[in-house]
Amino acid sequence: MINTKVIKRQELNFWDKTYLPSVALGLWITSKHFFKNLFIHTLHSVGLFKNLSGAVTFQYPEEQRPLSKRSRTRHRLTQREDGTPRCVACMMCETVCPARCINIVAMEHPDPNIEKVPASFDLDLGMCVYCGFCVEVCPEDAIRMDTQILDIAAYSRAEMQLDMKELLNPRSSLLYKK
Amino acid sequence: MIITIIIKSILAVIFLGGILNLAGLLTWVERKQSAVMQDRIGANRAWIEFKSKWLAPVNWILRPLNVLGLFHSLADAVKMFLKEDFVPEGADKFLHTLAPMISVVFALLAFASIPFGDTLHIGNRVINLQIADINTGLLFVFAMMSLGVYGVILAGFSSNNKFAHLGGMRAASQMLSYEITMGLSIMGIVLCYGTLNLQEMVRHQSHLWGFVVQPVAFILFMTAALAETKRVPFDLPEGESEIIGYFVEYSGMKFGMFFLTDLVETVLVACLMTTFFFGGWQVPFLSPDGFHFPWGIFALSHGVVITLGVISFMLKVAFFNWLFMAIRWTLPRFRYDQLMHLGWKILFPASLVNVLVTSVIVVMRS
Repeated sequence: MINTKVIKRQELNFWDKTYLPSVALGLWITSKHFFKNLFIHTLHSVGLFKNLSGAVTFQYPEEQRPLSKRSRTRHRLTQREDGTPRCVACMMCETVCPARCINIVAMEHPDPNIEKVPASFDLDLGMCVYCGFCVEVCPEDAIRMDTQILDIAAYSRAEMQLDMKELLNPRSSLLYKK
Repeated sequence: MIITIIIKSILAVIFLGGILNLAGLLTWVERKQSAVMQDRIGANRAWIEFKSKWLAPVNWILRPLNVLGLFHSLADAVKMFLKEDFVPEGADKFLHTLAPMISVVFALLAFASIPFGDTLHIGNRVINLQIADINTGLLFVFAMMSLGVYGVILAGFSSNNKFAHLGGMRAASQMLSYEITMGLSIMGIVLCYGTLNLQEMVRHQSHLWGFVVQPVAFILFMTAALAETKRVPFDLPEGESEIIGYFVEYSGMKFGMFFLTDLVETVLVACLMTTFFFGGWQVPFLSPDGFHFPWGIFALSHGVVITLGVISFMLKVAFFNWLFMAIRWTLPRFRYDQLMHLGWKILFPASLVNVLVTSVIVVMRS
């Protein structure tokens, strides 16, 4: 025998049935927001209290949402002091990549102390799943996902394929790549 | 005679121009007010800016308007005019075209008997600041509002679409139900003031505004009038996104006309609320010769008094528009049975009781 607890449904009293108090309460809440935000916007228009925000939204292309430092965004290849890629073409990232979006062609590095250097480093953003494995697996700290660039809009799939030049100097929008 | 006609035409042009502009502005108000209310910024991307250097001063003037997003109303209008005017297959083309026109024409006609100012004296000429000085102005307004229902019903019936048909049916039953309450609730005011002339009604409110005399009628009328405008929480005839209303099959400017009717009706209801319950063009403490404060008299000329009256009328209408927008963005939509329950079982008996009590009091006092 299970003891069920019967909760009695609360009866509406006379004022609840007229809807008026709840309508007034709702109007009070929305008006409070309205006048508060209107006041803040008015202050902004004369250049005061810019640190207070009258809205929770961001005016996107002009103004970016602050991202966490750990958030995984567009990839970049880090550079040595002379501007060459830090990558030694060990193929670790290409191997670990679950989406198989990285394609590296290795070649000899002129400096005998450095093993190899990528002749080409292609990364297909259209296939990338932003798992961050490539960053974690890299022994040379050569690839990072910290550019804070989120938009990968492009007119075609081909434009989403980044080459080494693009990865070394990441730009915000792919739409103006070529 | 000719001069009278000219004066009336000028009044009509000014008043209707004001109303239509206000209705156009309301699209902007609706966007921005809802945005500010919901902690958003609202539409502000309709941007007009000139590239050439010598037009820089114009850009400087346009900039605040751009930032406020005022050109969105303009962009809307342009979009409506440029869209394809579509008539569905099997629809009654004549009625389909006629319906939005009926809708908007009757909504605009109802403004004819609303007084927006006191009687103006220029030289020997007496100008009543009211387009049509009708003795039974109240009946005229109600007749026009009732005829406006035809536009909605015809739109639903002539579209050859079952959703539109159902929407038209919902609109018809809702508007007829609430019109009864609206008519009955206003009877209390008529009993108190003993006139159907709207200008006279406003004159009667020089000391005490209507909502103090008839608080119950005020709430009943406001509810019923909101239902007449077919806006949230009473937007069952339309229900754009969920239940699909009577104007599904309309596009382009025909749809624009229905949209305009909605906003014009909001303004109309705001005007009626002002006229019946908030003293029309009356300003507190203002008599025809100036302010009569308890602590002294502040004399003003005739023109200033009339202007103050017109400004006061406009401010009150603006306030009611704000209030209706606030209500529209605060409350959720009623379910259909709740709507009918509210209309027939709560508002209708309450308005009857209000009329009864008012009549008894009026008879006792006389």
